[in-house]
Amino acid sequence: MSDHHIELTINGRRHVADVEGRMTLADMLRDDAGYTGVHLGCEHGVCGACTVIVDGRAVRSCLMLAAQADGAEVTTVEGLAEPDGTLHPVQQAMREEHALQCGFCTPGVVMTLAALTGGNEKPTEEALLGALSGHICRCTGYQGIRRAAKRLAAGTAGAAA
Amino acid sequence: MNAEASGINAARYIGERVLRKEDPRLLTGRGQFVDDISLPGMLHCAFARSMIARGRILSIDTAAARDVPGVHAVYTAEDLAKVSFTMHTFFMVPTSVKTPTLAEDHVAYVGEPLALVIADSRYIAEDAASLIEVEYEEEEPVVTLADAKSGPPVHPELENNIAGQMGDEDVDDELEAALNGAAHCMTQRVIHQRVSQSPMETRGVLATRDGPEELTLYITCQSPHAVARWVSLALGLPQAAIRVIAKDVGGAFGLKNHPWKEESSVIIAAMLFGRPLKWIEDRYENLTTANPAREQDITLRIAFDGEGRLVASHSEYDLNNGAYPQAVDEGMAAQMFLWSAYKLPAYGFLTRGWYTNTTGLAAYRGPWAMETLVRETALDKAARAMGIDPVELRRRNLVSLADQPTTSVLGLPLEDITPAECLEKLVGNFDVAAFRKEQAEARGQGRYLGLGIAAYIEPTASAGTMGVMTGELAQVRIEPTGKVTATMSTHSQGHGTATTMAQVIADRLGVPYEDVTVFEGDNSRGGFGPGAAGSRQGVIAGGAAIRASEMLADKVKALAAHLLNASPDNIVIAEGMIHVEGAPEMSRSLGEIAGIAYGEPDRLPPDLGTGLEIQYRYQPPPMTFTSAAHACVVEVDAETGFVKILRWISSEDCGTVINPAVVEGQISGGLAQAIGMVLLEEMPVDERGNPTAATYKDYLLPAVSDIPEFEFLHANTPSKSIGGMRGVGEGGAIIGPPTLVNAIADALSPFGEIDVLELPLTPSKILGIIEGRDIAGTEARREAPAAATQESAPAAEPAASSEPAAAPAPAAETKIDGDWKMLMKTPMGDQEMTGHFETSGSAVSGYLASPEGNQDFAGTVEGNVVKFDLKVEKPMKITLKYNLTFEGDSVSGKVKLGMLGSAKLSGERI
Repeated sequence: MSDHHIELTINGRRHVADVEGRMTLADMLRDDAGYTGVHLGCEHGVCGACTVIVDGRAVRSCLMLAAQADGAEVTTVEGLAEPDGTLHPVQQAMREEHALQCGFCTPGVVMTLAALTGGNEKPTEEALLGALSGHICRCTGYQGIRRAAKRLAAGTAGAAA
Repeated sequence: MNAEASGINAARYIGERVLRKEDPRLLTGRGQFVDDISLPGMLHCAFARSMIARGRILSIDTAAARDVPGVHAVYTAEDLAKVSFTMHTFFMVPTSVKTPTLAEDHVAYVGEPLALVIADSRYIAEDAASLIEVEYEEEEPVVTLADAKSGPPVHPELENNIAGQMGDEDVDDELEAALNGAAHCMTQRVIHQRVSQSPMETRGVLATRDGPEELTLYITCQSPHAVARWVSLALGLPQAAIRVIAKDVGGAFGLKNHPWKEESSVIIAAMLFGRPLKWIEDRYENLTTANPAREQDITLRIAFDGEGRLVASHSEYDLNNGAYPQAVDEGMAAQMFLWSAYKLPAYGFLTRGWYTNTTGLAAYRGPWAMETLVRETALDKAARAMGIDPVELRRRNLVSLADQPTTSVLGLPLEDITPAECLEKLVGNFDVAAFRKEQAEARGQGRYLGLGIAAYIEPTASAGTMGVMTGELAQVRIEPTGKVTATMSTHSQGHGTATTMAQVIADRLGVPYEDVTVFEGDNSRGGFGPGAAGSRQGVIAGGAAIRASEMLADKVKALAAHLLNASPDNIVIAEGMIHVEGAPEMSRSLGEIAGIAYGEPDRLPPDLGTGLEIQYRYQPPPMTFTSAAHACVVEVDAETGFVKILRWISSEDCGTVINPAVVEGQISGGLAQAIGMVLLEEMPVDERGNPTAATYKDYLLPAVSDIPEFEFLHANTPSKSIGGMRGVGEGGAIIGPPTLVNAIADALSPFGEIDVLELPLTPSKILGIIEGRDIAGTEARREAPAAATQESAPAAEPAASSEPAAAPAPAAETKIDGDWKMLMKTPMGDQEMTGHFETSGSAVSGYLASPEGNQDFAGTVEGNVVKFDLKVEKPMKITLKYNLTFEGDSVSGKVKLGMLGSAKLSGERI
């Protein structure tokens, strides 16, 4: 089994680790770096709960190896809100639309929406809902998640914050 | 006053869509789920599991696993046997069949845990578990309901595979005549697939032995209090020594009521090994070996008169309980509620749970939901057959408010159910005539639209009829700072009880919502509560919080009146300030009053104790009904068999709504699960007993693209419980399936009826209906309905089943007098009792003793047959008719449970 020395940035902070070749990015983020907001729902890339942002793109951290993240810039759900606690517009929209119940799938949903709405391009509602079809939520029936996505597409999210 | 809070005077927060207290934490990754906890010295566990469904274990070779670097121990059943442990059911009684934690000498289902590996990491533990070699002597497994009826007993100590049975094996002659003689008689058979509850957080536990007699568990569960009670009973440890913490839980839906084989094995291993042990189930394990739900087969017959009024009905219902069910389900709850909201004069049934070599049954949101599914789909089928509009057919038969008080055909008292009113509100908000026009036009263009409507009532907030289903405790304090904290017996797996309980407390206490914090999720905080099971917390804990807050407000008023020299009646608490009515200058903050209450006892009135804290345990009415009617519109693509849901309207009456966003969230989640059950989800088991959906690519859960936007109508008829709430947790999953099936059946009606409703209705099954051929191969696989009713029971049964079953010639030497230990198989599980009998000529008297108390009886004795009647109040007023035959040192017989059929009883002399 190969061991790998990796250095990466997680939520703006430098992180150094020695990992086995088979260790997933998700397990490294949770167990080594302590970002337990990364949730593992299926560990086979279907449910989307473990989604994080790697170099600007939404990635399922259960399907990526930690060794592959060497030199990458990673953002987890812990890295979105302002240091003073002000929620990210995606988090604020999710909160106001009651888009979560148990909160287990939530970090993944938040990260996908944050990755897609974080750039200069304004994604359409269809594009956001299309991306959300890769997330499984067992609690809400997606009602609030869909409303939050609609607000984010329309650019009205966070206005109340 | 807002409409949602119609049971509450001057509501300020009750009925408001306030933001949830839980969300900032959960949205920023600060939740605390079981796998987020790590303890110093913690090790990780993985299981080796059975590869076969049934067989004797010849050997388990763990040597290779033990040799893996990083492995600390490998335990088998022999090792775990060092700790005494008795598996209990959901009802907190020992399981009726011996249920091992790790398999002992034989395996009874694929995936049954055989050995537990303890290692430095989950990676190493799983590596090692895969190296464990097991030799079996394989036997033919009993997999399906049909296998269970004809195959050898799954549990060799039993005579057959019947796990539980209620009702009558022979249809009553009068009932049969009523069914056959009616103007219309129709049959509906529904085969419900096995499903996975699939909470997004799998099962998991972190167990640590803190001392010789102390245990701390972090566990994903539905109530830390229930887990503590269960583990205490299983281990025989005093409950005070068991601490259970479950701050956040990623959904449960019936799977996580209490620990099962895996969690129990980890708990025992932690006690033996002496270091903290963690087991986090992976999704493959969760899908294939966590206790699944449903897998049922029901045939319902319904007879109507010429006007479409119900005349009689009968059903035969079978449920696959697997090998080790978390509680035997013989289907009695479904029978109890099948016709509860309808005016039906005569009903009979036979309902049975069966053991098979599959994973044991657990609960899933609305475990009795089959009753609404079979009834509402049957009514639509009947409406089409009789040429009556489906709404009109329900109008003629539903119990309306004007019909109440009344009792259901099985004796349930009904006082305030509103399914008929919900239905009227629903059709008042949906133009059925306009839809029918649109549907006709669409059919002309080859598009198949369908409308489905269903109505139901749901028993919620059950308390006092089953031992574990109790009241709830609210402990509310105004802290010396003036802020309010409450410790509740509630538990949230997404229910938002920290929000709704804070709303209720802020409302009744007169403080800002922001000033209230609710603590839960730890059995060291608060008193016993069974948690989220049976749609109960909003009703019962809500009532407890209301009353506790009002009592606390009274104490504040008494103190303030004393300090301000005013009458308590004139003291007003609002926005956290206290003032004398009409004298705003005479005002104090709650903080000032609290400071005096805690710190200056000399300033208190003589009879008022220090501090500002109240606790109140609320015991609500035994049951509170929620009613609803739903409508949905679908389009079925006749080319592909795909179903698109175009519209869905919920018209529900859950009484006082504490938070509409929470209520609608509960209904929406249930509806999404309903849509999954009707269209997508299925856990198939092959003929060797292998579960074949191993990933979420095989087990299809609904995604956002499968679920429409739901529309809501709330009726808000206050219930009789404090605050007027009615439970709403399970309803969507109960009424959703028939609403959707009815819409699909309506869309497909130009092609014919869905003969046997076998879920899920996949595109290939729907194409099969459209094209009139068995594309999906379901009919070919399915046993013939006739076979389902055939029994391995002896053929020539005497017709009069109420008579003692083939009472042999009285054995003169049989002595009846004395004490007998007896076991009755009831809907709530096995009931143990001691019977004391004293005979005198043809008279017999004595008492039956059970944990609930003693009941005296008097009856007759004829030879060795004793007959007596006992009246009971719970769960309803019925007369139990005992008919017991004594032979030597054993007793057996039947107990007629009024209209509920009969229960078997057996026992022996003490």
